[in-house]
Amino acid sequence: MIEYTCDVAVIGAGPAGLAAASSAREAGAEKVWLIERDCEPGGILQQCIHPGFGLAYFDEELTGPEYAARFYDKAVDLGVQFSFDTTVLAIEKGNILRCLSPRGESLINAKSIVLAMGCRERTRGNLIIAGSRPAGVITAGAAQRMINIQNQMIGNKVLILGSGDIGMIMARRLRLEGVEVVGVVEILPYLSGLTRNKLQCLDDFDIPLLLSHTVTRVEGYPRVEAVYVAAVDEKNDPVLASEERIECDTLLLSVGLIPENELSRNAGIELDAVTGGPVVDSDLQTSVPGIFCCGNVLHVNDLVDHVSVESELAGENAALYALGKLPSDSKLIPVQAGHMVRYVCPSVIRQRSGKSTLYFRVTKPAKHVDLQISDGTKIVWMKSHLRVNPGEMEAVCIPTADLVGPEITINVLPQ
Amino acid sequence: MKRTSVLIIGAGAVGCAIARELSKYDLEVTFLDKNTDVGGDASKSNSSIIHTGYDASPGTLESRLVVAANPMYDRLCKSLDVPFQRIGAILPAFNEEQFEQLPFIKEKAFQNGVYDVEYRSGEDLLNMEPMLNPRVMGGLFIPRESIIDPFVYVVALAENAVQNGAKLILEAKVLDLIREGDAIVGVKTTKGEFLANWIINASGLYCEEIARMAGKADYKVNPRRGQFYILDRDTPCKVKRIVLPIPTKRTKGKLISPMIHGNLLLGPTAEDLSDKTNHDTSTEGLASVAADVRRLVPDIRIGDTITQFSGLRPNRVPAGFNIDVYDDLAGYLNISGVRSTGLTASIAIGKYVAHTLGQVGLEMRLRDDFNPVRKGIQRMVDLSPGQRARKITEDPSYGRIICRCESVTEGEIIEAIRSPIPARSIDAIKRRLRAGMGRCQGGFCGPKVIQILARELGLTDDAVIKSDPGSNPVVRATRKEVSQ
Repeated sequence: MIEYTCDVAVIGAGPAGLAAASSAREAGAEKVWLIERDCEPGGILQQCIHPGFGLAYFDEELTGPEYAARFYDKAVDLGVQFSFDTTVLAIEKGNILRCLSPRGESLINAKSIVLAMGCRERTRGNLIIAGSRPAGVITAGAAQRMINIQNQMIGNKVLILGSGDIGMIMARRLRLEGVEVVGVVEILPYLSGLTRNKLQCLDDFDIPLLLSHTVTRVEGYPRVEAVYVAAVDEKNDPVLASEERIECDTLLLSVGLIPENELSRNAGIELDAVTGGPVVDSDLQTSVPGIFCCGNVLHVNDLVDHVSVESELAGENAALYALGKLPSDSKLIPVQAGHMVRYVCPSVIRQRSGKSTLYFRVTKPAKHVDLQISDGTKIVWMKSHLRVNPGEMEAVCIPTADLVGPEITINVLPQ
Repeated sequence: MKRTSVLIIGAGAVGCAIARELSKYDLEVTFLDKNTDVGGDASKSNSSIIHTGYDASPGTLESRLVVAANPMYDRLCKSLDVPFQRIGAILPAFNEEQFEQLPFIKEKAFQNGVYDVEYRSGEDLLNMEPMLNPRVMGGLFIPRESIIDPFVYVVALAENAVQNGAKLILEAKVLDLIREGDAIVGVKTTKGEFLANWIINASGLYCEEIARMAGKADYKVNPRRGQFYILDRDTPCKVKRIVLPIPTKRTKGKLISPMIHGNLLLGPTAEDLSDKTNHDTSTEGLASVAADVRRLVPDIRIGDTITQFSGLRPNRVPAGFNIDVYDDLAGYLNISGVRSTGLTASIAIGKYVAHTLGQVGLEMRLRDDFNPVRKGIQRMVDLSPGQRARKITEDPSYGRIICRCESVTEGEIIEAIRSPIPARSIDAIKRRLRAGMGRCQGGFCGPKVIQILARELGLTDDAVIKSDPGSNPVVRATRKEVSQ
């Protein structure tokens, strides 16, 4: 068994890991080690060959691989060490990573760790869709990998369940490849992904979106022959009288993402019940000292640009921790999700000079609202929004030095 | 045409157990199946429990076979490298009516020769299983109820049979039996004709159809569907033992059972259908499982389900295990009515069939070179770091994890594809190694497994199947390859 040491070990070379690793180098960490399961850097961005990335971060529009390449090149220039084709089996006590690769098994003893493993897709099993169990039921991300990287077409006539971003992007992608896309079915009365994706991927291609409907049953074996779609009532239960048989050979699922939290859980890190990712403070440090977290393994983002910014903070703090420079004595102020707020990340602010960014999502779409942050004694920040949407994450940056109250609460209030 | 001594129709648990048992003797054994892999129909979708037979009808063949089989599993599973655990079962009563049933159930167990069933107080049961419904008044403890990996079990039996010279033919659907006078001498299949001195009908759900070809279908077999949930390993509300409901006059009810690899199993329903190919789950059926198991363990988290499935067990009318040979029809042995307890009984059925064949005149000479040991694919995660290092040095593909959820490496997948009974589909790999059986249900590893199968089998991607012919996940290449 080969044993190594490093200052900062980063798990996952997707957008989060690449940004965190570079930032850790820039913050002074000598030896930064990035471990990646795949043989290439970029994570899920490799298969995102569509444009739309980088508008916020670079102020220009890039494809996924282009966006990833910029961060990878930077990390290489900064001297980040890479281990590809390497899986972290476990994070053992004392922040030691047990890694497996075709070169053998190794232990990496890291002064600090950044978790950047991304997320996985919810499946048919999670949704409990009844019916047969044929080929042709596939999650959107798996389909995207097969079509864009593995050169494999997954069907000829596709119905998409879930209006998540990947689902809508795949609707367009399939249409561009000459595949018939019957429509996108969404159980909620509103879109779950970004509005811009509906415009660019569905509306521009005349792909119908059916809100407040769901798939009740899959038919056909050994390949999908049809799915049944029904309207749902206010409790999201299908109204069976409205059930309709729709012929197709593929059911594509874009029904939500869940942080890849196996390593986090096994390392004994406290997890958030709403996001499924670790509970972190505003340094993005988890409940296990020296383990930081960023990107979709922390909470599922809709824009990679947000991920990069957040991950740079995680990388910087992981470096400071490794160097013994991260202050640990600052006052802790808990952050609460208030009215119409589903969750806030981070869940604790470490009060020092400077600012903290709070990321949150609303529970339902609304128009003409005030976003309001109070510290328990006074409103410390407020802004009006024309509209808010659960599919679009809100980010608010507030100065923390002046906070006096016992607890921060974010509320979204109708005007 | 070459004549084999014994030909077995069906490579489910029963067919494979017979093939393995007969391979101990100086016989030429052939077993065939209509499917692309061993594992049959009922054998791959069941509760994965090795029963004791405590609740069988005393005096029946089913009772004798199940009760006899249970103690055989410790040695057998060791010899065949099959995951097996004696976790025990409890049968809790939650009301007076159920409580009054307990002495009768215990008496029945005693009549079946299952003497180790014991009473337990409500308090005892809650200590044993803290998540149990606290209204429990008392119940029975059945220590030898056990769990097994049913897929590996069937594969192991079949592999050991093949290692010892038995011949397996897959995708051979029996079209008819070949009759010569008053004897059955062979079978016509989609893969040609095969002659044999003895034909054994071990076709489970389809044992009526085969028996009709022999003119011996004096019974009906209807499919009885059972629907199940599988919960994530990490679900917080778990039990350590099988929790059985007190049966009613109508049904045995729905149970909660730990699975051999750490998941939790809930089910089954018992629905009489007419279509033997209907493996659908239904919203109502699954809802009834959820409602019923909550009476046993109220905090069970259905939301932690990672998949649901349904299995069809053969429901014979009239009921009962039957293993028959006929005075007026030579060379034909018929097995019928082997229902949900068949997984357990399979090993004893193998021995019973061997004994029967000996009695009716087949020369049963034990071979001196029979090898009872079958080694499974060693799981990298189960090895010590030193053992892992050695394997990776020999073959680096053992260091590449393909299935993240169940930690399955490329080397193990290649080994399954090259094993004595080669895994030739995504599901065949899943059943042997659990790749794709975890919480992401193949979301990450599925596309990679397709590539590995295509490469190892020399297929184009669109020829790789999920399970049966026609279940191809890839329909064509996205773009034609452009030559450089």
